[in-house]
Amino acid sequence: MLFAAAFVSVLTTVGIVLSLLDGTRAFLTEVPLVDFLTGTEWTPLFANGEYGVLPIVSATFMITGIGIVVAIPLGLGAALYLSEYASPLSRRIWKPVLEVLAGIPSVVFGFFAISFVTPNVLAPLLGEGLARPSNALAAGLVVGVLIIPIVASLSEDALSAVPQTMRDGALALGSTRTKVARKVVLPAALSGVMASFVLALSRGIGETMVAVIAAGSIAQLSADPREPMQTMTAFIAQAAAGDQPTGSLGYNTLFAVGLLLFLITLFINVISIRLVRRFREVYE
Amino acid sequence: MTAQTGLQPDLSRAPRRLGRASGNERVTGRVFQLTLVACLAFGVLVLALLIYDVINDGASRFNLDLLRNMPSGRPLQAGIQSAMMGTIWVIVTVAVITMPLGIAAAVYLEEYADKRRWYNRAIELNIQNLAAVPSVVYGILGLAYFARGPLDLGGSVLTIALTLSLLVLPIVIISCREAIRAIPTSIREGSLALGATRLQTVRRQILPNAIPGTATGSILALSRAIGEAAPVLLVAGGLVFITFNPEGVLSQATVLPIQIFNYVGRPQDEFRAVAAAAIMVLLIILLVMNSAAILIRNRYQRKW
Repeated sequence: MLFAAAFVSVLTTVGIVLSLLDGTRAFLTEVPLVDFLTGTEWTPLFANGEYGVLPIVSATFMITGIGIVVAIPLGLGAALYLSEYASPLSRRIWKPVLEVLAGIPSVVFGFFAISFVTPNVLAPLLGEGLARPSNALAAGLVVGVLIIPIVASLSEDALSAVPQTMRDGALALGSTRTKVARKVVLPAALSGVMASFVLALSRGIGETMVAVIAAGSIAQLSADPREPMQTMTAFIAQAAAGDQPTGSLGYNTLFAVGLLLFLITLFINVISIRLVRRFREVYE
Repeated sequence: MTAQTGLQPDLSRAPRRLGRASGNERVTGRVFQLTLVACLAFGVLVLALLIYDVINDGASRFNLDLLRNMPSGRPLQAGIQSAMMGTIWVIVTVAVITMPLGIAAAVYLEEYADKRRWYNRAIELNIQNLAAVPSVVYGILGLAYFARGPLDLGGSVLTIALTLSLLVLPIVIISCREAIRAIPTSIREGSLALGATRLQTVRRQILPNAIPGTATGSILALSRAIGEAAPVLLVAGGLVFITFNPEGVLSQATVLPIQIFNYVGRPQDEFRAVAAAAIMVLLIILLVMNSAAILIRNRYQRKW
C-alpha cells in the first residue's frame, strides 16, 4: 500500500516520458529530425508551416540568460549578506520577505512585466527601439527577479554550511571580514552555490507565464532583446490554448517541443544534483 | 575551483598583518557590505513596486461586483465568480488526492524503505528530479492522458486537479518526509520497546507528531497549486469565458490564474483593471494560506 503511494511518482515520470515520446514519434514521421533541430523558421501553426526549432530555443536561452545575469549577482549578494553579516534578528525579517517573493504566482509577474517594467522602466530608457507591449528584455528581467529567491536561499544554505572554524581560522590569521567572505567562505561553498545557479537556470528555462504574457508570440531568430520573441514554453502554451485537434501535426508539434524542453531541463537537473552531492560529501 | 581546494584557502599570498585593518581595507569592507545589502534590498524593492502597481491598477475594480459577476467580454461587467468557484473546487480536490498519497509515500520512504535496495533509491532520485520538471510539461501529460486520450475528461475540475496533484505531489512528499525525519529515533524505539508493532508506532506516534509539519508543507504546496497557470492552460484552455460555476468534479471549469491571463491578454485598457483586481484577490488568498502555514509552524511545532 505505502509502496504503491511512493510508486505514483515513478508512474508520473513514466507517464511524462511516454506521452512526450508518443507525440514526438508521430511528429517525426512528418517532419525530419534534422529539419526540426537545425531549421531557422518556426511557423508550425500555419498551413504549410516551417518546423525549425532554433528560433524558439534561442529565445528561451536569451530570456533565461538575461534572467540569470540579473539573478546571480543579486541572489548571491543577498545570500552572502544573510550568511556572513546579518544578525539573527535581521535574518528573521529578511528571509520571509524572500519567501513571499518566491511565492508570487508567475502570471502576476507577467502582468507586472507588461504593466510596469515595459512602460515605466524600459520605455523611458530605450525609447523608440523597444517593441511594445511585448519584448524579450522585459520578460528576461522579470524572470531574473523571479529566480532571485532560488539563488539566494540555496546559496545561503551552502554558505551557512561552511564550518565556523574556517572563518575563525582566517580571521585569526589577520584577514578582514570581506576577505573571509570572498576568499574563504565563498570558495568553500562553491559547488553548492553553483548548484543554486544551475537550478535557477532550469527554473528560468521552464518559466512559462512570464514568457507568454511579456515576451510575445512571434517566433523569430534575433539577437535584439528589444524585440518580441516566442520561447519554447510560450509556444507550448499558445498551441495548447488554441485547441489543436488530437493527432494533428500542430498537436504533435507540442509534444516534440515538450520533449526537447524536458531533456534540456533534465540534463541541467542532473548536473545540479551531482554538484550538491559533491558539496555534501565534503562536510558530512 | 573545487570545494576540496577551498578547504585549504591559500592565505600565503595575503598580507600578514596583525591588529586592526588599515583604513583602506576598512573602506573596502564597508563598500562590500553595502553592496550586499543593496542586492537584498533590490528584491524587496521589486516586491513593493509589484504590489503598488497591482493595487494602483486594480483598486477601482476591487469590490463585491468583481466576485459577483461572471467572466465577460464586456469590460464593465467582467467578474471572476466562476474562476473563484473553480479554484475552490480544484484545490479541495487536489488536497483530497495529494494528502493521503503524499503522507503514505513519505511514511514508506522514511519508516519502511530499505535504502540499500536500488528501487527505493530510484524512487528518491525520481522524486528529486520530478520536483524540478517545468510545470508546463505536467500540462502536456495532463493534456495527453487526462483531458484527452485514455481518460478523456475534457477541461473538467478533475482534469485540472489531477494534473496539479501530480505537480505538487513531490513537494508534499518532501515536506512530509522532513516532518517525519524531525521526530527523534528515541520515540520510535520507546514505542517498539513497549511492545507496539511497527504499524502501531506509525499510527500512534509518528503520524500525530508529524501533523504540524505535514500541515505546513501541504498548505504551502496547495498555495503553489492555486497560483499555477501554465499546466491548467494546457489541459483546460484559456481563451473562452466560462460563465457557470462547477457543479461537480466532472463539470468544465476555469481557475483564477487562467482568468487573470485571459484578461491580461485583452487589448482594452479596462480589462487591465479587472486583471489587477483579480490578482489582488489571488494574492490575498495566498497571503491568508501562507500566514496559516506559518502560524501552524510556530504554534504547534515541537522542539525535541
